[in-house]
Amino acid sequence: MRAVASILPLVLDNVVFAVGAARLIDGLSFTLDRGPRTVILGPNGAGKSLTLRLCHGLIAPGAGRLTWRGDGGAVSPARRQAMVFQSPVMLRRSALANVVYGLAVNGVARRRRRDLAMAALDRVGLANLAERSARALSTGEQQRLALARAWALRPEVLFLDEPTANLDPAATRAVEAIIDAVHGSGTKIVMTTHDLAQARRLADEVLFLHHGRLVERAPAEAFFNRPVSPEARAFIKGELLW
Amino acid sequence: MVSRLLGRRGLCLALVLGLGLAFVPSAGVIGAGSALAGERFIVVASTTSTQNSGLFRYLLPKFAKKTGIEVRVVAVGTRQAIRLAERGDADVLFVHHRPSEDAFVAAGYGVSRHDVMYNDFVIVGPKADPAGIRGTRDAAKALARIAAAAAPFVSRGDDSGTNKKELGLWKTAGVDPAAASGSWYRESGSGMGATLNTAAAMSAYTLADRATWLSFANKGDLVVVVEGDKVLYNPYGVILVSPTRYPQVKVKDGQAFIDWLISPEGQAAIAAFRIDGRQVFFPDAG
Amino acid sequence: MSDIWSAFGRALGLIASLDANLFAIIGLSLKVSFTAVALAAAIGLPLGAAVAVFRFPGRGAVAAFLNALMGLPPVVVGLLVYLMLSRAGPLGVLGLLFTPTAMIVAQCLLVVPIVAALTRQAVEDLWREYAEQLRSLGAGPGRAWRTLLWDARFTLATVVLAGFGRAIAEVGAVMIVGGNIDHVTRVMTTAIALETSKGDLELALGLGTVLIALSFTVSGAAQAVKDRAQGRAG
Repeated sequence: MRAVASILPLVLDNVVFAVGAARLIDGLSFTLDRGPRTVILGPNGAGKSLTLRLCHGLIAPGAGRLTWRGDGGAVSPARRQAMVFQSPVMLRRSALANVVYGLAVNGVARRRRRDLAMAALDRVGLANLAERSARALSTGEQQRLALARAWALRPEVLFLDEPTANLDPAATRAVEAIIDAVHGSGTKIVMTTHDLAQARRLADEVLFLHHGRLVERAPAEAFFNRPVSPEARAFIKGELLW
Repeated sequence: MVSRLLGRRGLCLALVLGLGLAFVPSAGVIGAGSALAGERFIVVASTTSTQNSGLFRYLLPKFAKKTGIEVRVVAVGTRQAIRLAERGDADVLFVHHRPSEDAFVAAGYGVSRHDVMYNDFVIVGPKADPAGIRGTRDAAKALARIAAAAAPFVSRGDDSGTNKKELGLWKTAGVDPAAASGSWYRESGSGMGATLNTAAAMSAYTLADRATWLSFANKGDLVVVVEGDKVLYNPYGVILVSPTRYPQVKVKDGQAFIDWLISPEGQAAIAAFRIDGRQVFFPDAG
Repeated sequence: MSDIWSAFGRALGLIASLDANLFAIIGLSLKVSFTAVALAAAIGLPLGAAVAVFRFPGRGAVAAFLNALMGLPPVVVGLLVYLMLSRAGPLGVLGLLFTPTAMIVAQCLLVVPIVAALTRQAVEDLWREYAEQLRSLGAGPGRAWRTLLWDARFTLATVVLAGFGRAIAEVGAVMIVGGNIDHVTRVMTTAIALETSKGDLELALGLGTVLIALSFTVSGAAQAVKDRAQGRAG
């Protein structure tokens, strides 16, 4: 297998995103690199989802720069990164066909698609539902399917935006197990959540956002046990931040 | 249950096949619909009144049998038929308005005009006859009485041969019906059939050609009230569209049709045509 | 009211008698309208999807224009096509006037706006829902329009059926460009118009009933296929 240059690290430099007069992302600067599972935490409206979308390339910053390694500054969303959304969007076709679609879009040879897709479904435990209509699956199954679809592309970075917000505990556990497995296979995990308990379970490091700014960044253990900023402290205690 | 038997693919296939079969009986028709090389046909622009009388259904097979030429009649109002021919979309023009026909030839659109046949117009009206004109022999006088009584009258109002004849009669009667348009004088702006439908529904008078009248199936309480006036005579002419204007005109076959119409054989066929046992068209070529 | 009952009776009688002329007319109506709609779908589906998905200057105007064209009067379209195909017109050399081909052209022009405008709306709604996910996977508008067309296939089947309904029922366009020539370009609607003008209202209504039954059959069959397919694909 030929060595492919890594797209990491991702560097954000004073990124701003405004809608009208409101600066929803207000001068964000940080670097994401291989290794730790990064969880972006913060109250609702902190700008977590926006940050993910900026990183993934779905929206462009109004000011500031976003640079992947070895690249002039322009990021194309499909390049070796994938994203799973809070509500999975499934095409009106079978579960297998949904995964195959992702492979097809990314230029995988036709004869390899089916096998790769079945393997991905197998890894998330949906192999027996391969021919079922994707829209007929439960929300938890659909989210696992979304993960399979993303994982089949062998991304270097996987962004997840509140992936279990709409799921019941059993489905949540299944999804978290898959995220773990994806991480284990070498993919960088960047995830947002407003669920503190989930963050404790999954995070290796935490980026804490508030009002579109990065307030605190620390390894998970340090963040949860010895938060430095007052906002982080209040958040962990369970208080409302505004 | 059928769907379970066939499965989805099978159902789609059955649908497609079923539709295909629907076309088999008409396959011959479709073939006739295309202008294939070796298929002989001409387009004749004629009037709805001639078509609706059934004359063409009767005549054309005889011609086709003799010459192998299919005659395709596009039947529209007289004025539209002339316009069609002026644009070269027909090979032969067959209408019943002498002034327009002469103008057509004079302007170079047609080669020459030939008499073919004549029929006559009649005034029809409600049995109750509110204008009291039944039995009158003078058409213009009858119209004057309709105007005087302000009895409802439906006009074709479409600049057709029939319409022009009607307007000419009003002029002779010294009446301007346009002034009363919308009250007792109603302009339907449509063909003979639609106009008769309207007259029957309104119990109104109208001017109609006898052939359309006899074959019309919705007479209601209308009857013939005036007939026989020489001025109601309605001659037909046939003209070959000029190939110098439109090189695509089928000169040979078009002329063959005209020649047949004015030949003793064609003339006899026209005379033999009957509606309800009555002769409707009177040959007058030559 | 008794007219309508006798129309049903007349309709049944016509069909039962297996009148060759009637079946030829039915066959031609179906051939012309099916062909026209197939062509219109081939043009209108991609057109509608493209307008829905691609950004270009004047996009809103194009969408509004397509919507407005849905209201094109058939008789006006017939007139325009006649002027084009007439021997005195630009395409006269083709010799297409007064043939079923001219009728297909006219009906196609009538149906394309319907298919395109409704497709645009359906695909636009789907695109709104799918855009982020599709772009995340790497599918830009260039790919997405095809994906969305397939995903919207059940709605679009109904759209095409609406186009067919318009085509099979119109008389203005086919009357002018076809000429209602006996055995050549006479279809159900022009035959009904003819019989009405001859005052044979009973026959006209009978033919009308047959035409409605025809429409019902086609749409019923389409619905059956759609239901089965939809049951499988969700």
